[in-house]
Amino acid sequence: MLRFENISMVYRTDSVETHALREFTLDVEEGEFVAVTGPSGSGKTTFLNIAGLLERFTGGRYLLDGKDVSSLSDAETSRVRNEKIGFVFQGFNLIPDLNIYDNVDVPLRYRGFNGAERKRRIESTLETVGLTSRMKHLPSQLSGGQQQRVAIARALAGNPRFLLADEPTGNLDSKMAMSIMELINSINMSGTTIIMVTHDDNLASMANRNVHIRDGRVSDSSANPQLAEVATA
Amino acid sequence: MFRYYLKLGWLSIRSNPLLSLLMVAAIAVGIGASMTTITVNYTMSNNPIPQKSDQLFYVQLDNWDPNSDPEDGFEPPDQVTYTDAMALMNAGKAFRQVASNRSGLVLEPENPDERPFMVDTRNTWADFFPMFETPFLYGGGWDDNADKNLEQVVVLSREINEQVFGGEDSVGKSVRLNGMDFRVVGVLDEWLPMPKFYDVTNNPFDVPEEIFIPFNVAVEYELPRNGNTNCWKPSDGDGFEAFKASECVWIQFWAELRNESEKQEYMQFLNAYVEEQKTLGRFPRPLNNRLDDVMEWMEHEEIVEEDARVMMGLSLLFLVVCLLNTIGLLLAKFMRKTGDISVRRALGARKSDLFTQHMIEAGMIGLGGGVLGVGLTLLGLKGIEVLFGEFVENLVGMDWVMVMTAIGLAILSALLAGLYPTWQTVRIMPASQLKTQ
Repeated sequence: MLRFENISMVYRTDSVETHALREFTLDVEEGEFVAVTGPSGSGKTTFLNIAGLLERFTGGRYLLDGKDVSSLSDAETSRVRNEKIGFVFQGFNLIPDLNIYDNVDVPLRYRGFNGAERKRRIESTLETVGLTSRMKHLPSQLSGGQQQRVAIARALAGNPRFLLADEPTGNLDSKMAMSIMELINSINMSGTTIIMVTHDDNLASMANRNVHIRDGRVSDSSANPQLAEVATA
Repeated sequence: MFRYYLKLGWLSIRSNPLLSLLMVAAIAVGIGASMTTITVNYTMSNNPIPQKSDQLFYVQLDNWDPNSDPEDGFEPPDQVTYTDAMALMNAGKAFRQVASNRSGLVLEPENPDERPFMVDTRNTWADFFPMFETPFLYGGGWDDNADKNLEQVVVLSREINEQVFGGEDSVGKSVRLNGMDFRVVGVLDEWLPMPKFYDVTNNPFDVPEEIFIPFNVAVEYELPRNGNTNCWKPSDGDGFEAFKASECVWIQFWAELRNESEKQEYMQFLNAYVEEQKTLGRFPRPLNNRLDDVMEWMEHEEIVEEDARVMMGLSLLFLVVCLLNTIGLLLAKFMRKTGDISVRRALGARKSDLFTQHMIEAGMIGLGGGVLGVGLTLLGLKGIEVLFGEFVENLVGMDWVMVMTAIGLAILSALLAGLYPTWQTVRIMPASQLKTQ
């Protein structure tokens, strides 16, 4: 469903070329939960940005649902992002001037849903993340864990097929991090494909598959051994 | 989405009130300065009688000095002599025609306890009222017979009727001017042609006269004249009769000509008249008669003063400087929102969505600047009135057209100022901002 074929990403300045990804090849199947790990600067975030169509790569081919997305226009890329991809960031990235309800409303506005449909989806997703009672609160009035739940609700409101998470628990304490991971797991169980970048091996172990990146290449891609043991038992 | 963008714009303005206020103030100051001068120019160049300005023609006959400085371009004088005015009136070749001049008389109230006072008057003919479509509150103008029979009749302005008769219908009543009794035949309603096109030789931005009396009566009784009189050679003798026969110009002459054919015929008539006068030793310069319609006459007389045009140019330059400041402020404001913009891009906003959103925000700032700018314009116009006094009293009002122009100009200015900052903002690569949030 997501196919990256020999993707390369080179950042150029006047005198320096930096290869963020080199001949990066990876397939992600429908319903998978893939954890992407690797040392700092290995290219994890660059990969996630390319997967989310937030950055254009310099070489290779990226097929999303079998369609080559490398040459889409800005409007087409935006539509694909809006309809198929949800994002969860380490820093939550909620819009501070908007309350929780309006934050979740943002992608639905660009989708063109009418008011009733938007209301239904917002209330439904906020209920999923357990924040129905905080709809009118501003982000600054919520804890970090609650803000990340709002961010997840916002990502899910448009019912995307893929959820891309970049260190989603990086700013949270361990208790809240576990709560968020349980939520992400349950989202995956409901059929959403998840790609999560993390540097935490414990969190990575909760995924179906671990992909390790080093120097911009996939150095290892294997099913999670713990889950494999559980499956064998 | 428009309402959504309005909401986002309002939230953004509210989130940084000081910066927003600075932008509104920058636009308002620029709009205030430019609209003050634009309003003055607008009033100066206004068409005072748009429904028939192309049918009213100011008559110029060149009876002037053959030895005058050629650098004046041998322009014909801007008024006519009594001899010519009466000849044209008596010929009656136009659909309507009016010779008139300004005067000032002493009005003696009926009540002996009230003191006499000076009133501005206009000596004119019956055609004046239908020709210039003066609105009447009571009665009407006098007729041709009144002109011929030297009837002592008057038409009052609404203001003087209120002052003398308390605003009541005074038709049939009498007013005493310079010791002569005049019967009121009509009272004008509010009438403020701006500029006062029918006589620009005096202050073209003055209000119309307070009382209108028959020209022939004023001449017969040698009532004083109050307007401009220019002569290029002395009269042949002393006294009013000699003055009437002189080459001095002191009368404004208008003809109503309903179409091009009537205009051409009238010009032929004028040329024939002047050729005839030449045989009598008058009109020593080459034939140079003129017929200018209202707007041509305003242009010819340079009613919009050069200084006013220069001031308008300078004030528009000032508006540009204010807009450059606004561009800087908008850039600073929008660049602080790169995180917000990147998030929206990640969530599916197109560049065009964000462009529209931010242009609407710029437009809202422009609207604020426009409203404040109208206030500053009114203040500026008041300042001009205080500075220059009564001469410009009627130039310094803002009508709805100018209010809407001010607000429209402010919004347009803000949109122009917003183009570059908005373009820069939507070009941001979202990926670079999302990680650093």
